[in-house]
Amino acid sequence: MLSYLANPLRFMRFSRVAVPISFALGVLMIGWSLYNGLFVVPPDEAQGGDLMRAMFTHVPSAWLCMGLYAALAGASFVWFIWRHELADVAARAIAPIGAGYTALCFITGSIWGQKGWGAGWHNLILGDSRLMSVLVLFFLFLGYMALRAALETRQKAARAAAILAMIGFVNVPIIKVSVDMWQTTTIHQPSSVISIGNPEPRGEGSGMNIVYLQQLLWGFGGHSLLAAAMIMMLMRSEVYTQQADRALALKLEGA
Amino acid sequence: MSASPLVSAFRSSLSEAWANGAGLLLPLGFFAGTAILVPFTLGPEADLLSRVGPGILWLALALSSMVTLERVFQADLQDGALDLWLLDSGSISMVAAIKTLTHWLVSGFPLVLLTPLLGYGLGVPAAKMGPAMLGYAMGGLVFFLWGGVAAALSASVARAGLLIALLALPLYVPALIFGVQMVEAGFDSPSFLFLCATMLFALGVAPAAMGAALRLAAE
Repeated sequence: MLSYLANPLRFMRFSRVAVPISFALGVLMIGWSLYNGLFVVPPDEAQGGDLMRAMFTHVPSAWLCMGLYAALAGASFVWFIWRHELADVAARAIAPIGAGYTALCFITGSIWGQKGWGAGWHNLILGDSRLMSVLVLFFLFLGYMALRAALETRQKAARAAAILAMIGFVNVPIIKVSVDMWQTTTIHQPSSVISIGNPEPRGEGSGMNIVYLQQLLWGFGGHSLLAAAMIMMLMRSEVYTQQADRALALKLEGA
Repeated sequence: MSASPLVSAFRSSLSEAWANGAGLLLPLGFFAGTAILVPFTLGPEADLLSRVGPGILWLALALSSMVTLERVFQADLQDGALDLWLLDSGSISMVAAIKTLTHWLVSGFPLVLLTPLLGYGLGVPAAKMGPAMLGYAMGGLVFFLWGGVAAALSASVARAGLLIALLALPLYVPALIFGVQMVEAGFDSPSFLFLCATMLFALGVAPAAMGAALRLAAE
């Protein structure tokens, strides 16, 4: 499907339909998960009472910001090797959306953590390893955008930014390991969304209760669709800008 | 390829360090200045200072390694040396590696030599200074390598100081963490091995990235 859409004309035709559909579906799904998450499901006292409702935004944005950085590196790789214009357009569009989701993840996480981790831990936002990894990821996104903005020609910006994205991507696991070693006793709860072998809810080492998991997955699906819609919107505007630039250049040449 | 581009890169880096008077002294002054000012912000308790001393020196090292990064490749781009190297050797990555190593030798290694003095002043136990110095040398090399990538990527940007810092800081995190832990735990710790691995990884990957970035900057 990706190679089918690699043709700009086909991409424009596809995204003309896909943007409004995924935008509307995404908003509906986020709304559904927020409505259920905020008003319907019971608060979980072990996770900070009503504050755990931040989860329905926090966890999807955490997954998305990592996924989007991988997508950024992937698009950069494709552009760097095959010089496929649309891959660069995609990388350029992914960066601000990824930075936004990274910020969202950090903000919701620090609000949840500050109250949810209880007395003695508050104000330790900059002392938790998983939140710090997210913060470093945020700076990787910011650096990518700053480098693109600083270089004068589009071609140069695209090449330099692609190198940076790939360098950042190979460093992400090392940063993750080092931050985990820095804070071995993180107060952030371990990943508990899915655990195989113990389907019994709320026991030791169990997976998440199904009422929460459902809303979480609705939220993740919704945010994924919304992110995809926003990225495709940015890509479309970039393609139009390039077409306009080309038309202008032709006109100036007197053709 | 012949060795001459490498020799000329080495020589030009060495002479750039001495040119314009204070080139070499700037990071040294920045390093010592940070280490001397931090006790004023933390208060004079001996226990506290000797405990945070190695960490302060790491912070000072990371910050002062950034002071000279902007100049590393910009001068070569402006005076055309970069184009000559590209014409002559075909392996700009090797030239970039040599430049970074020389840069570390003239503005990173003197900082390592200064650490026992500052560490003594902060009351860091003498037994810790041996591992600490090796750690600072290795960590400093990692800083210069990733910083060199950031500098090469922004070589054609006019005032790139802040940009380089923004690009390099996330990449500094692993060496900083492993380094601080290694000073605490000594040679006999996983952190030391992790620091070695981080350095080897940077040595392997960063020159290739610098080469790609410099080839782009020269166009």
